[in-house]
Amino acid sequence: MQVQLIRRKKNLIVRLKGELDHHTSTVFRQAVENELEKNDIMQNLVLNLEYLTFMDSSGIGAILGRYKQVKARGGKVIICGLKPHNKKILQMGGLLKIIPVSSDENSAILSLG
Amino acid sequence: MNYMMLEVPARSENESFVRVVVAAFAARLDPTLEELNEVKTAVSEAVTNSILHAYEDDQGLIKINALVENKKLMIEIYDTGKGIEDIAMAREPLYTDKPELERSGMGFTIMENFMDEVMIESSQGKGTVIKMTKIFGNNSENNH
Repeated sequence: MQVQLIRRKKNLIVRLKGELDHHTSTVFRQAVENELEKNDIMQNLVLNLEYLTFMDSSGIGAILGRYKQVKARGGKVIICGLKPHNKKILQMGGLLKIIPVSSDENSAILSLG
Repeated sequence: MNYMMLEVPARSENESFVRVVVAAFAARLDPTLEELNEVKTAVSEAVTNSILHAYEDDQGLIKINALVENKKLMIEIYDTGKGIEDIAMAREPLYTDKPELERSGMGFTIMENFMDEVMIESSQGKGTVIKMTKIFGNNSENNH
């Protein structure tokens, strides 16, 4: 899996490409954790899953972990590019009740204000 | 009737390998993309459980048998790890004994949702086998 990080003012955009499972979730976790620890101004997280071709329950845990981390510093998380399979997994984990979903990165950033 | 057998060491990089192999084997039944994703996910959950819970990231082997018959796919995933202490509790949605590892506790719930049948046999200190069945083209309740 590839993790691409883009800093846009106080918003951190994370693009995940490939498959998110137990093996790859640590890559995602560490990349976002490092970035947030390094940059105090980073507040919000936009999670682009457009190129994520697979996810299992490890994805639920990993995304929930980042949600808690961002929330603890007063920020928001938005997910965009959600494919049907990934949506089903996140729905089962109850994540779509707490994390809003946008169609793409631009509208996600717009909605963060 | 046709079948396959696979054995891999319990290493996390094998999670993707096993689910792709089982999906390739199941593809001969002409499943929809959605059905194939469901099989991949259920296999991924079972294999991850073996690596993380049965062997607790230590050495061990995972055996995978799959069998197809008509529109039916049967999968068996064996480990010889520590076994599940309380199967009913392990099946509960959101239950995990490893929250510090960001485990969601949704593994068995996902297997049960995505497969038509999920059977768990486990004995402590000896190991666990997960038996799952999926019948393709069975998606009549797919309107949620």
